[in-house]
Amino acid sequence: MHNFIDQFWPSTVDGLALGSIYALVALGYTMVYGVLRLINFAHSEIFMIGTMVVIGVLNLFDVTSLYGGFTLIAIVIGLAVVAGVASGGSAVLLELVAYRPLRRRGASRLAALISAIGASLFLQQLFARVVIPQAFDLPKEKGALPVQGHFVQRNHVISIGDFVVSNDKLIIFVGAILMMVVLDQFVNRTRLGRGIRATAQDPQTAVLMGVNIDRIVTATFAIGGAMAGVAAALYMLRFEEAKYDVGFLLGIKAFTAAVLGGIGNLRGALVGGLVLGLVEMWGSALFGTEWQHVIAFSILILVLMFRPTGILGESLQQARA
Amino acid sequence: MSTDQTQVKSAAGGGAWAGVVERARRRSANVVPGLRELLFALLLVTESAGVVTDAFHDWWVRQPGWSRWTVYVLLIIGAILLPAEGVASIMSPDTDWTTLLFFPVGGYILLAIGLNVVVGQAGLLDLGYVAFFAIGGYTMAVFGTKYGWSFWEILLVGIVLSALSGIVLGAPTLRLRGDYLAIVTLGFGEIVRITANNTDYIGGPNGISGIPHPPQLTAWAFPESFPFGLGGVQPFVYGSLDAHSYYYLMLLLIIVTIIFAKRLERSRVGRAWASIREDEDAAELMGVPTFKFKLAAFAIGAAIGGATGVVYGTQAVSIIPTNFPFILSATILAAVVMGGSGNIPGVMVGAFLVAWIPERVRFLGEYRVLVFGAVLVLLMIFRPEGILPSRQRKAEFAEGSGGMGSMGAEVATATVVEDTAELDDAAPAGGTEAAR
Repeated sequence: MHNFIDQFWPSTVDGLALGSIYALVALGYTMVYGVLRLINFAHSEIFMIGTMVVIGVLNLFDVTSLYGGFTLIAIVIGLAVVAGVASGGSAVLLELVAYRPLRRRGASRLAALISAIGASLFLQQLFARVVIPQAFDLPKEKGALPVQGHFVQRNHVISIGDFVVSNDKLIIFVGAILMMVVLDQFVNRTRLGRGIRATAQDPQTAVLMGVNIDRIVTATFAIGGAMAGVAAALYMLRFEEAKYDVGFLLGIKAFTAAVLGGIGNLRGALVGGLVLGLVEMWGSALFGTEWQHVIAFSILILVLMFRPTGILGESLQQARA
Repeated sequence: MSTDQTQVKSAAGGGAWAGVVERARRRSANVVPGLRELLFALLLVTESAGVVTDAFHDWWVRQPGWSRWTVYVLLIIGAILLPAEGVASIMSPDTDWTTLLFFPVGGYILLAIGLNVVVGQAGLLDLGYVAFFAIGGYTMAVFGTKYGWSFWEILLVGIVLSALSGIVLGAPTLRLRGDYLAIVTLGFGEIVRITANNTDYIGGPNGISGIPHPPQLTAWAFPESFPFGLGGVQPFVYGSLDAHSYYYLMLLLIIVTIIFAKRLERSRVGRAWASIREDEDAAELMGVPTFKFKLAAFAIGAAIGGATGVVYGTQAVSIIPTNFPFILSATILAAVVMGGSGNIPGVMVGAFLVAWIPERVRFLGEYRVLVFGAVLVLLMIFRPEGILPSRQRKAEFAEGSGGMGSMGAEVATATVVEDTAELDDAAPAGGTEAAR
C-alpha cells in the first residue's frame, strides 16, 4: 500500500503511456472485428513488423546519436509514417492471403481464426529465422534475440512534485490521442468511413446499397495496420528494443483493451487501452510487477461480468451520427 | 440447401466426380493463371478426398453392429502394436517413437477429444484450454511430491479439481457471447501459467521435480521367459526410461474417454449441445437450459484436459510453467478444427498430424513452426471444414455458419452469385449476425 502511494504518479504516467500504445493497437483489432467479426490474431505480427521497420530505418540512416526536443518529434513522425505504411501494407497483404479466400467460401469464423493463428506463427517464425538475421546482419541463431534502436534523449518536460513526465511519454500520449481523433473523424465523416460503418452494421444491405465490400475490407485492414505501425514507432520511442515475438503479449493485451472498451467501438478502444494501462501499472505498484499480466486479465473478467459488452458497448455496427 | 442435399445424394450414389471437377474449377476461377492450375489441382485433391470420406461414412453407417465392433477391436490391437520397431523406423527415425506416441501424440489426441467437447460439440470457443492441462499437471505434482498420494488417487482428484476450475471459470463468463469468451479463456490460460510462475509453493519458475510414477504393478510384471518375451516390453512397470507402459496408460485413458464422449454425444446432453451450437437463442426458446449445458461442456472438457495433465505429469517427472504456453492451446484448437471439429475420429487425426508432423520434419530444423503455420493457413483455405468433418457439421458449413457464425462480410463475390444456394443460405445467417 505504501509502495502504491509512493508510486502513484509515476505509475499513472507510465500507465497512460502504455495504455496509449494498447489503444492504438486495439484499433486494428476492433475495426477488423467490427467489419468481419474476426479476431485478427496476426495483428500482433503486423505490430512487430512495424517495430522491425523502425529499427531498420534507424540502421539505414546510421542513427547513433540521441535526439531530443523538436528534432525527436520530427524523427518520430517520420518513423511513424514509414512504419505505418509498412504495417498497413502487410496487413492488406495478410488479408489477401490468409482471410480473403476463406471469406469467398463463406468459411466459419473458427476456420478464419485458425488461419489467423497460422499466419501469426508463420510471420513470427519468418522474422525470427529469415528476415531479422538477413536485415540486421545477424548470425542465424541470433534472430530470436532482441534487436535495438536507440535514438531518444530523455528529459523531463513536466515536473510538478511527484508528477514527472518525460518527453517520450508525452509524445506517445499526445500522438496516440491525435491519431485516435483523426481516425474517429475519418470513420464518422468521410465516404469511406461511412462504407466501413455500413458494412459493420449489415454487410448484405451495404452491398445492396452499392458498397464495394472488398474495398472496404482492404481499407479496414490498411487503416488498422497503419495504426499498429504508428503504435510500433511510439513503442520503439519508449522501449528501444524489439524481438520477433514482441507483438504476442502486447497483441493479447491490446485485444483485451478492445474487448474491455467494447469491441467494434473506436472510442471504446481508447478508453479500454487507457484503463488497461492504468490498471496494470497501478496493480503492479500494489502487488508487484510480476502480477502485472494477471491483474490485466482479471480486470477483463471482472468488467465483463458486470458489463458484458465492455465499458462503452459495441457500437461500430450501430448507427451513429 | 437443396443443392447441398442433391450433392450429398449423388455422392452416395458414386456419381459425384463430375461435381468435384466442377467445384474445383469454379473455386479456382478467379485466380491468376499459373497459380490457377496449381490451385485447381489442390482443390481437386481436397474435393475428391471429401467424396471418398463421404462414401466411406455412408458405407460405415450401413454396417451391422458386429462388423463395426470388429473394426474397433482391430483398431485397438493396432494401437497396442503401434510402438513396434518397424513402425518406428518409418514414422519417427529421429526420436524415440514410443515416447513420441505418449506425448505429444497421445497427449494431443486426448486433449483434442476434450477440447472437441467444448468447441466441436457445444460450439464454445476456448483459447485457454491449456490451463486445465496445467491444473492437472500441477495437481499430480503437488499431491505426488508433497502429500505422497498415489497416481490413481491423484488422477481422480485431478479430474475433479480441473472440472471444478472449469466451472469456476465458466460460471461468470459463459453468459458472454463467443468472442468475449475466447479472450476471457485466453486470459485465464495466461493467469494460470503466470500464477504458477509466481507462486513459490509450487516452485515458481523452477516448477516441481521428482513427481512420483504410478505404483508398480509388480504382480503383473511379465517374466523374462514370457512367450515372445514381448520384446522386453513391460506394459505395467512404470518408472523406467521405457515409455511403453505410459503409452498403454494413455491409450487406456483415450479409449475410455472416446467411449465417454461418444455416449455423451448421442445423449440428451449431446443434442442440447448441438442445438446450442447451431442457434443458442432458438435453443433457449425451445426450453434447453443453455447455461447449464454450456457449463457442463466446460466442466467435462476441463476434466479431460486435467486427466491428460495428470498422466503427463507422472511421466515427465518434473514440470515447469513454460510447459503450458498459449501456443499449446492454439495447437490443440488447430488440431480440432483441421481434423473436423465435432467428429471424434476427425479430431484424433488432426491431433495426430499436429503432433507428428513437426517431429517427422525435424530435418527442416528451425523452420518447422514456420511450415506448420503455413500449413494451417493453406488447410483452412482449401478445406475449412477440416479433414474428416462430421456429416452434421458439413451441412452447417454448407449453410455458411459452421455452427459458430460466419465472418461478417462474406458476401459480394462472383462465387456467391454463381452459386445461388450459397446466396439463399447466406442471407438468414447474416441476418442473425446483424441482429446481435
